Amino acid sequence: MKGRVLADGAAEGSALVLDEPLSFWGGIDPASGLIIDARHPQRGESVKDRVLVIGSVRGSSSSSSILAEAVRAGFAPAAILLGEPDLILAVGAAVAEELYQVRVPVLLLSLADLATIPDGAVVAIGEGGEIALR
Amino acid sequence: MLAGGAGDGAAFAMRLVVRAAEALGARRLIPITGAHVDSCLYHGEATIDFVEKLVDGGAQVSVPTTLNVGALDLLHPELWRGDPRTAERGQLLMRHYRSLGCQPTYTCAPYQLAIARPALGEQVAWAESNAIVFCNSVLGARTERYGDFTDIACAVAGRVPDAGLHRTEARRAVLVLRIGPDVPDRLLTDDAFYPVLGIVLGRRAGSRVAVIEGLPQGLSEERLKAIGAAAASSGAVAMFHAVGSTPEAATLEAALQGREPEERAEVGLAELRAARDELTTAAGAAPVGTRIGTVSLGTPHASLAELRAVERELAGARPADGVELLVSTARQLLAEAEEEGLAGRLRAQGVELLVDTCSYIAPVLRPSPLPAMTDSGKWAFYAPGNIGVEVVFGSLRECIRSAVDGRVWRDHDLWGAA
Repeated sequence: MKGRVLADGAAEGSALVLDEPLSFWGGIDPASGLIIDARHPQRGESVKDRVLVIGSVRGSSSSSSILAEAVRAGFAPAAILLGEPDLILAVGAAVAEELYQVRVPVLLLSLADLATIPDGAVVAIGEGGEIALR
Repeated sequence: MLAGGAGDGAAFAMRLVVRAAEALGARRLIPITGAHVDSCLYHGEATIDFVEKLVDGGAQVSVPTTLNVGALDLLHPELWRGDPRTAERGQLLMRHYRSLGCQPTYTCAPYQLAIARPALGEQVAWAESNAIVFCNSVLGARTERYGDFTDIACAVAGRVPDAGLHRTEARRAVLVLRIGPDVPDRLLTDDAFYPVLGIVLGRRAGSRVAVIEGLPQGLSEERLKAIGAAAASSGAVAMFHAVGSTPEAATLEAALQGREPEERAEVGLAELRAARDELTTAAGAAPVGTRIGTVSLGTPHASLAELRAVERELAGARPADGVELLVSTARQLLAEAEEEGLAGRLRAQGVELLVDTCSYIAPVLRPSPLPAMTDSGKWAFYAPGNIGVEVVFGSLRECIRSAVDGRVWRDHDLWGAA
């Protein structure tokens, strides 16, 4: 599988497939990596070191800051796989790389490809958007 | 600029604009006439590290730029109840953005200020989800869904990617939502309807542009603001049309740009009631008589008309003992309210006025184990996660009566016979 690169990098982690859209701001606590959105079915789960699979994004334009802060604090996801383009997360990842030299790849996939990634599967991402399930 | 000829800060900004252009698939950049920047809200040290890279690199904004809310009320710092160090860092961040040449407006509703109302068709770079929707939908100016970092990067570069909602074709509605025949006329005349409609719009539309049919013509900016703020909370809505109210939807055909939509759907009373009920998180859906500790209004920041409505609904009464009634607004609007005596009268009736920030961002509410009531779909959506309160959603009248009674009061006929 190959994704379109919104932010490049290599990473590996177990997939956390979100059941519903999530805004990083108001949805993830960057100081713990936990999902805090009171209405989200996966509230309480940690995004740290996971390959976050998000079919559709929503909400706040502050999500770039939350991603960069989660990287700084060491609670960021390993990678983000999106079903629709999101410049807010792409730029959050770009800033984290410039400030902290940590890369969180952000890739855009078709919804059909996204659906082939089961929750908990180990996903390996290579530079240039290569995606392999292990 | 990219090569560093305009300084390291400008080169950094331009790198981010180019990254945004790549993410959006844009082939060129276009000039903008203004920006609204949300990056001035402290979200941890990363936000300081970022702005210091711009400041140290000598960056300055190249277009008139307003600022969104910050972490604290700089005019009333005594309202802060949190960690003093966080207040200090939040204040430093706000100061850094001023030093980049941004105007100290600190409001999430810049469109309520005469200085930040771009004209129909004007290209701008706005952040803050509710402001983005308002800019595109109500002003008819053009912005993509910019976020933290990108907003100030575009303001410094003076350019944005030529993509998305900057282009006419992307502004076409692809979803038609028709208000169902079972929605009572009286509900359409009440403010409480509009944030709830916005929640439904966000769920139905996701990130698509929708057009709403069947609303009263010429809706007020306050009602359009409420729709957009809620829709950008429950979905990734950056633009909607309301036939007969928004400038690119004089008719349904205009909003569709003469083409067929992808989808047509009806929004009926049952769906609206369900969305309304979900906005209340308090135990047992907070039946009439449930004690409340707080009423928070003004998300997005209250307009002068909304401040006057608070006074009108209070009708000389005060909140019950122990109930905090707080309204957030912009410092420039507060100054106008001071001038006409409105602010003084509201304070004399026990209303707290908060500026520069919002009561679900800054720790300003009196600690209370009791639920908080609000007329804002957005506040109801985010406050439980952000500040750990249980929420009761209601109309402005329900909120004010409940504040006065200290207990939830309901206007029983509002949402149709049960």
